Amino acid sequence: MSATDITPTPRRIPDRLDKPFRSAILSWEALLVAVAVTIFIVNSFASPYFLDVWSLSDLTFNFTEKGLIALAMALLIISGEIDLSVAAIIALASTLMGMAAQVGVDTPGVLLIGVGTGLVCGAFNGLLVTGLGLPSIVVTIGTMSLFRGTAFIILGDQAYKGYPASFAFFGQGYVWWVFSFELALFAIAAVVYWFVLHRTSFGRRIFAIGNNAVAAQFSGVRVGRIKFILFCLTGLMSGIAAVLITSRLGSTRPSIAQGYELEVITMVVLGGVSILGGAGSILGVVLAALIMGLVTFGLGLLNVPGIVMSIFIGLLLIMVIALPILWDRFGRRRRLA
Amino acid sequence: MKTLAKHREIWLLAAIAGLVALISVRFPGFARPGNLATVFNDTSILMILALGQMVVILTRSIDLSMASNLAFTGMVVAMINAAFPAFPIPLLILVAIGVGLLLGALNGLLVWKLGIPPIVVTLGTLTIYRGATFLISGGAWVNADQMSPAFVGLQRMQLLGMPVLSWIAITVIALFFVLMSRTSVGRSFYAIGVNPTASVYAGIDVGRTKFLAFCLSGAVAGLCGYLWISRYVIASVEVANGYELNIIAACVIGGISIAGGIGSVAGAVLGALFLGIISTALPVINVSPFWQMAISGSAILLAVVLNARGERKQGRIILRKAEAA
Amino acid sequence: MDTKAHTTQTPMRDHPATPRLTLAGVTKTFPGVRALHNVGLSLYPGQVTALIGENGAGKSTLVKILTGIYRPDAGTITVDGRQVSLASAHDAFEQGITAIHQETVLFDDLSVAENIFLGHAPRTRFGTIDWRAMRSRAAEVLKGMGAAHIDPDARLKDLGIANKHLVAVARAMSIDAQIVIMDEPTAALSAKEIEDLFELIDLLKREGKAILFISHKFDEIYRIAERYTVFRDGEMVGEGLLADASQNEIVKMMVGRAVDHIFPERQPQIGAPMLSVSDLSHPTEFDGISFELRKGEILGFYGLVGAGRSELMHAVFGITRTSRGTMTLDGAPVAPRSAAEAIEAGVVYVPEERGKQGVVIGMPIFKNVSLPSLKRTSKSGVLQLKEEFGLARKYTERLDLRASSLSQDVGTLSGGNQQKVVIAKWLATDPKVIILDEPTKGIDIGSKAAVHAFMAELVEQGLSVIMVSSELPEILGMSDRVVVMREGRIAAVYDNKGLDAVTLVQTAAGIAA
Repeated sequence: MSATDITPTPRRIPDRLDKPFRSAILSWEALLVAVAVTIFIVNSFASPYFLDVWSLSDLTFNFTEKGLIALAMALLIISGEIDLSVAAIIALASTLMGMAAQVGVDTPGVLLIGVGTGLVCGAFNGLLVTGLGLPSIVVTIGTMSLFRGTAFIILGDQAYKGYPASFAFFGQGYVWWVFSFELALFAIAAVVYWFVLHRTSFGRRIFAIGNNAVAAQFSGVRVGRIKFILFCLTGLMSGIAAVLITSRLGSTRPSIAQGYELEVITMVVLGGVSILGGAGSILGVVLAALIMGLVTFGLGLLNVPGIVMSIFIGLLLIMVIALPILWDRFGRRRRLA
Repeated sequence: MKTLAKHREIWLLAAIAGLVALISVRFPGFARPGNLATVFNDTSILMILALGQMVVILTRSIDLSMASNLAFTGMVVAMINAAFPAFPIPLLILVAIGVGLLLGALNGLLVWKLGIPPIVVTLGTLTIYRGATFLISGGAWVNADQMSPAFVGLQRMQLLGMPVLSWIAITVIALFFVLMSRTSVGRSFYAIGVNPTASVYAGIDVGRTKFLAFCLSGAVAGLCGYLWISRYVIASVEVANGYELNIIAACVIGGISIAGGIGSVAGAVLGALFLGIISTALPVINVSPFWQMAISGSAILLAVVLNARGERKQGRIILRKAEAA
Repeated sequence: MDTKAHTTQTPMRDHPATPRLTLAGVTKTFPGVRALHNVGLSLYPGQVTALIGENGAGKSTLVKILTGIYRPDAGTITVDGRQVSLASAHDAFEQGITAIHQETVLFDDLSVAENIFLGHAPRTRFGTIDWRAMRSRAAEVLKGMGAAHIDPDARLKDLGIANKHLVAVARAMSIDAQIVIMDEPTAALSAKEIEDLFELIDLLKREGKAILFISHKFDEIYRIAERYTVFRDGEMVGEGLLADASQNEIVKMMVGRAVDHIFPERQPQIGAPMLSVSDLSHPTEFDGISFELRKGEILGFYGLVGAGRSELMHAVFGITRTSRGTMTLDGAPVAPRSAAEAIEAGVVYVPEERGKQGVVIGMPIFKNVSLPSLKRTSKSGVLQLKEEFGLARKYTERLDLRASSLSQDVGTLSGGNQQKVVIAKWLATDPKVIILDEPTKGIDIGSKAAVHAFMAELVEQGLSVIMVSSELPEILGMSDRVVVMREGRIAAVYDNKGLDAVTLVQTAAGIAA
């Protein structure tokens, strides 16, 4: 019963009414760009060391690993599910990689074990959620303890070191000039995920599931299969992140990547993905990753401890969601008056 | 049907009894009443926190900020105690509850007035509250020697053969029991979880009820802030880091449905006890404490599978009616 | 529809001088939509007033105002001669106003007693809830209305829909509500259950309650109500005694024009068997179902609500697994294990629950239409927006969809237009068999006629249609043959030549003719 039903419409229904340019200006991504630019400018004034290519290059390490997971997590959250076990997958994958390295497995093998562990863990989550129809938030709280707990059983309070020398490339190497392997990987993954989510029928089906899983199923979308694939992807990306972190740190402890799951989810939500599913964009997530990296790095240059940075991230998360709501409410009141 | 609904708690109780029996095989002293009382005492804080979380989960929300709230409140009371050792402890407990309630109310307001999903709000305040703990303390610890004997000693005082901490837990459990089953606000927590739309028609303000749930979980986290600090006699930014997930785990094992509306005080208490028993038992039966996390993870998965089977909606069965007719 | 026969059976008293509740000059505007404009309504003690109007006429807004969910922008509400303000659901409750809604007003996981007393539970002297008193008083109330078979301790979710209604009525009785609003209370009830409900309404009348009764069904309205109020486009266009108004006059008021709903004339060209179902069974929902659907045929499925028709169709569509039986489509055996497989085979399903299962609200029209056809509109998995818009335009324009653009969110469309989007979505898949489950439920008369005309057009083009419907005129007006289901089994199959409504109802209810 909207006004559009009452007013007679022309027989030919237009594709769209609003101008794409106008909606782009008012979009969430535009807001994020503004925030990112502001932080960038503030940073460059705050510290003389900021505007240096190498320090900018270092900056990227603050978000590439989490950002890689956030790309897959965004798809998962858009489909209406969530995975809290990603950091625990990193811990388990890193531990198994350490074990393998310990017995003399070389770089390709270690790599395969890391990525494979991620994929298997993701598939396990996916199976529990889609196969048994359990709520993902509870399942992944459970597997989070299970995966990291397994790492603890294997390692206790020990640490694995002694990875093959060539293994260091993934987390410490550069592909060209100041561009690290991690950054290159993130950039490629971001493009791939953007394409998959926004330009393929697979991506379209993810949005449909997130908006109304039942109607999607009734429209011939294989809901369970797609969700399962998304859990596998999230696991896979966690496995890749495990390789990068392990390689960068050169050692594994079971407490590795503790608390990453919440940072990854913060990144996704900050990027404009609806926690209730059905809406979001990869561009937003990439911008959010960049913002979190900028904040962390900028405050780091100012010798602000990490814990205080987290306040900024937390405030940012709530503010970017609260402000549009308040703005909208304020605007409406003014219009009525 | 009523008896079936209670089955979940009975099953959990049976599982706990089985667990205790199993442990007793390896360590015969475990089932002694004295030892069980110790386990109860050790689990008191988790039980109290689980009750607060339960109320929030019943309303289809979640509070991820409880552990950070606990750390912040604990730091506040520890600093007050260090600065003014003469400040009376009962008053200090009230301060803890009050501070916790304020932080909880902030969560609740954001959920109620701005309609931000609870998981997002508390994900944000999770980091903010812990960061604030750093800000007020400057990263410094409050150590045992800075705390007054009364501050540390209260919960260890013996009363009728049990430490005060246990009595506090029992009191809180009793209060929650009355609140949840005998008061209209308690019933409205259930009602808005079961059917928010119908609740509106029944005259329940859904947003306000959620707000109250967050106030409650905040107040409880505040109380536990004091209890935690005085128990482990150290206040730092790292206190109870990541503990929010243990609290939720206790609720899940206790049969509280993450979809809201289903759960009981007994369930939350038993869920916490289950985790408490595992963590106490592992060392005494010579299993490395590093097993604890994986075991509780498995317990969560098992609980959620079993609960889902119990809750599976019984469809309208057309044929049975036909056969009976 | 014959309704004249019913009009005389409710004794008409002189209506008491003072209404229990009066609404005057009530206006409510939402951004962009004027939901109610200067409407009035009076409810009298001991009488049922029927509120009649098409979807979107403002009925549900009015209910929300009366129950304190919305606040009117202007106008007065008077209860027992005193002007009141209903600022919240609690205020409405205090004024003795209660609503019995479709299925949304009760609490599945709470006990019957608590459902009845939530918000006004008896207290002990300490101010806590007195469970024992609550149970015994619930039992009392239920007994008083002849529903002693309902256990106050039972959980609501274990009750059937009719018993849930009884609990809702018990709630109204327990709060001693003087004004009872019934919003489509019969929507999911069988004929027998509706009759029981009407007896209960008679009881409420005798107790002097003022009742507002909202229904689409004229036979029910004439059976139970004394007065009527008609809304159209948010305005009150007529009110009075039902004894003084014929059904045609009321329909004229509703639509602003005389509508003689005539089903399309058809010359059925029935061909070879298209879909053969043999011994299809499900452990709990249906058993031993065999039927044949032919090319160019409309096969009606009639039965009481809960006869297992939708469940059967879900199985044919691959959503529900079967335990036994086979299906053949166009000569080839099919056994769809998902909707995707059924669609691929050429079977599509327009569900009864449009908002839940039909449209993806939150997505624009064109994405809804292309969803099952993405394989065809994309190139090796890559979306082709131009193709999608083309596909969506082709089928929505054919159905005369009313929308401002194809990028409009389907959630902003009316029920009738949403149904057109669902049908367009399926036509785009080029199906062989189209199953329509209650295709015109809850849509306005104009869209209804369009859907019927379109069904006729489809079979003319050689499609086969299964139409599940609980509306006798629709079944009789559209079907070539009618399958009647009862309690999960096929009770009879009739050729629709000289078939009469009485036979269908008797077969469906299992009453010997």
